Amino acid sequence: MPSDVSALDVTGLTKRFDRPAVDALDLTVRSGEFYALLGPNGAGKTTTLRMVAGLMRPDAGSISILGIDALADPVAAKQVTAWVSDEPMIYDKLTPLEYLEFVAGLWGIDPAVSEPSARALLASLGLEPHLHERCEGFSKGMRQKVALAGALVHDPRLIILDEPLTGLDALSARRVKELLGERVRCGATVIMTTHILEVAERMADRIGVIAAGRLVAEGTLAELRRQNGRTDTSLEDVFISLVDAGAAAA
Amino acid sequence: MSSATALSWFARHEIRLAWREWLAMMTGGRGKRKRAIVALIVFAAVMHLPAYAVIGRFADLELPLAKPELVIITASIFLAWALMLSQAIESVTRVFYARADLDLIMSSPARLANVFSVRIAAIALAVTGMALLLSTPFIDVLAFGGGIRWFSAFGVVIAIGVSAAAVAIAITVLLFRLIGPGRTRLVAQIVAAVIGAGFVIALQVAAILSYGTLSRFAVLTSDAAAAYAPATDSPLWWPARAAIGDGQILSLLLAGSLVLLGVVMAVCSPKFADTVVSVAATARPARRGTQATAFRGGSRQRTLRAKEFMLLWRDPWLVSQSLMQLLYLVPPALMLWVSFSDNSGAIVLITPVIVMAAGQLAGGLAWLTISGEDAADLVASAPIPSSHLTRAKIEVVLIAIGVIFAPLVAALAFASVTQATVTTLGIIVATVSAAAIQLWFRVQARRSQFRRRQTSSRLATFAEAFCSIGWAATAALAMTIPVAAIVSGALTAAILAATWKISPPRM
Repeated sequence: MPSDVSALDVTGLTKRFDRPAVDALDLTVRSGEFYALLGPNGAGKTTTLRMVAGLMRPDAGSISILGIDALADPVAAKQVTAWVSDEPMIYDKLTPLEYLEFVAGLWGIDPAVSEPSARALLASLGLEPHLHERCEGFSKGMRQKVALAGALVHDPRLIILDEPLTGLDALSARRVKELLGERVRCGATVIMTTHILEVAERMADRIGVIAAGRLVAEGTLAELRRQNGRTDTSLEDVFISLVDAGAAAA
Repeated sequence: MSSATALSWFARHEIRLAWREWLAMMTGGRGKRKRAIVALIVFAAVMHLPAYAVIGRFADLELPLAKPELVIITASIFLAWALMLSQAIESVTRVFYARADLDLIMSSPARLANVFSVRIAAIALAVTGMALLLSTPFIDVLAFGGGIRWFSAFGVVIAIGVSAAAVAIAITVLLFRLIGPGRTRLVAQIVAAVIGAGFVIALQVAAILSYGTLSRFAVLTSDAAAAYAPATDSPLWWPARAAIGDGQILSLLLAGSLVLLGVVMAVCSPKFADTVVSVAATARPARRGTQATAFRGGSRQRTLRAKEFMLLWRDPWLVSQSLMQLLYLVPPALMLWVSFSDNSGAIVLITPVIVMAAGQLAGGLAWLTISGEDAADLVASAPIPSSHLTRAKIEVVLIAIGVIFAPLVAALAFASVTQATVTTLGIIVATVSAAAIQLWFRVQARRSQFRRRQTSSRLATFAEAFCSIGWAATAALAMTIPVAAIVSGALTAAILAATWKISPPRM
């Protein structure tokens, strides 16, 4: 159940490349919430989340993760955060178990805690038969699952996922969704970008729609429908309508 | 579209790809075409100076040549051929394994044998083109000093380029048939490196064993070489005679090399197509890691170091690419061994060779650990200050260099403690310099891009090379002319400082 404490508080977040990628974005995600961030290609979703994960420094604005100023104390903020990108970046020459051992070591987790957790995670994602195989022969879906297990092995309180379901088969996607739902029920916060609107519709407590680097709408599905002036439309219709309106306003 | 039209269209496509690849290599992928061409022209012009210094004295040579001259020219041409063969083997291997491109080609209705004939010709063209480019300053110098007859050397370059490409294709296809697709890539790369370095090393080894010197020319100019060499009318000397202006022999060489390429294209193109299909169809077998059961604890730096060492250890291709530079340590190691018995003063020559090898190896290792991070996002999102990350990665380089060079330095200490000390200092300074340059010019890349690391920054590549050479010279001078060592050291430090000054700004 979401609490009133903010897992993420972003204020005036700005990042420019050739043009503004993120434009004075304000975003608040409550602790224990499953938050889906939607937007068209190039809207600024990934740039926003990369700044939150500490992978990119913003030009302006502030980022607070569970009350920690992520720009002033990035190490403390990273300690409670996990990042999974759409392109699984793992080491070909390590086995899944070795990869998780490495991640746990980087986060300074006691091996007595991390090892059983790693094995359980890999088993829950269907990777138990491949524990000791090097990742070089894995399919993209398997690699994505290894990356996801790595993100969860240090028990993060804020889990940021950029298109985590890309390349997964239906069964694996369901397992991942179940795993994320389980984490949220245990009190973790999940922020996820996705182009699969059905996933956002089913899983997210709240949905944010971003266009041209700005948050153009936010709320539960029912609230978004109300903002759109209709209550019987699908999320897809709402999304397209909001993005069009956002693009027109920009 | 007729078959001939399709082939010419594919040939244009191949040439365009080769040109853009070459341009990307020259510009570091930043697409500044005009600047690259201007830089190339300037570079070619400047190269005439060292070319004059190296080869200018041979411009007056005329037919008929004496045996020692024939030996030196033929050996130089053979060395160039070996290097071209090495480069061609690498190119062929790249074609085999460039699967993104091959998937498209193989899914098209084109005849694969025809397509690969064009591709083989493109490899020959690229190898020969690069060789022509590099040899132009030398041939210009010879023609300027000795007359236009030397321009026939361009024909020799074309002949050896074409023949090197033909032999490279035959070797790679043969390797594939003998050891299968799984090992061909690694073995072909090793064969390429060994061929490239082998001839020089063999000459040095022979020189050390016979004359106690590292100079390759000691063997080539020796009476023994002249005595064992065949008569001056032997076909072995044809390339040398053609280079000096024997038009008839040049025509024979050109015709011979083109026939060789034609035969290889006719025989290997269908096999080449089968080979590529097999490579594409061969699923990589699952490799098992260690069955280690318990996670190990320790600091985050230790975790990082352990990961780096494990990745290096488990990637034989990468290790072979890095350690190939150590082939050049074989002659000094041998010389060290020989010097124990005769107290030769030539042992001083070992120090600069070791220092330079350390600098070059450290540059490669530093690129792998600093830039070649396959999970860059993961490491960057970890709760560890970036300074600690960098320190752990540089520690890996220092440890690896220490492990590799410690035995040589220890052996050197038995011969001369002073020289061992100077060598150690040289290794440390060269290693730290190379690692610093890689740090200043780091760009995120995958480890599999290791072979292309030089293309990410030409500046870093040149700085790394100049610093290695500078520190090697400084170490050598420290033992012979200490005052000159101070000047050399100051100059090298200035190069390093200038490199830092012009390195890209960091966050």
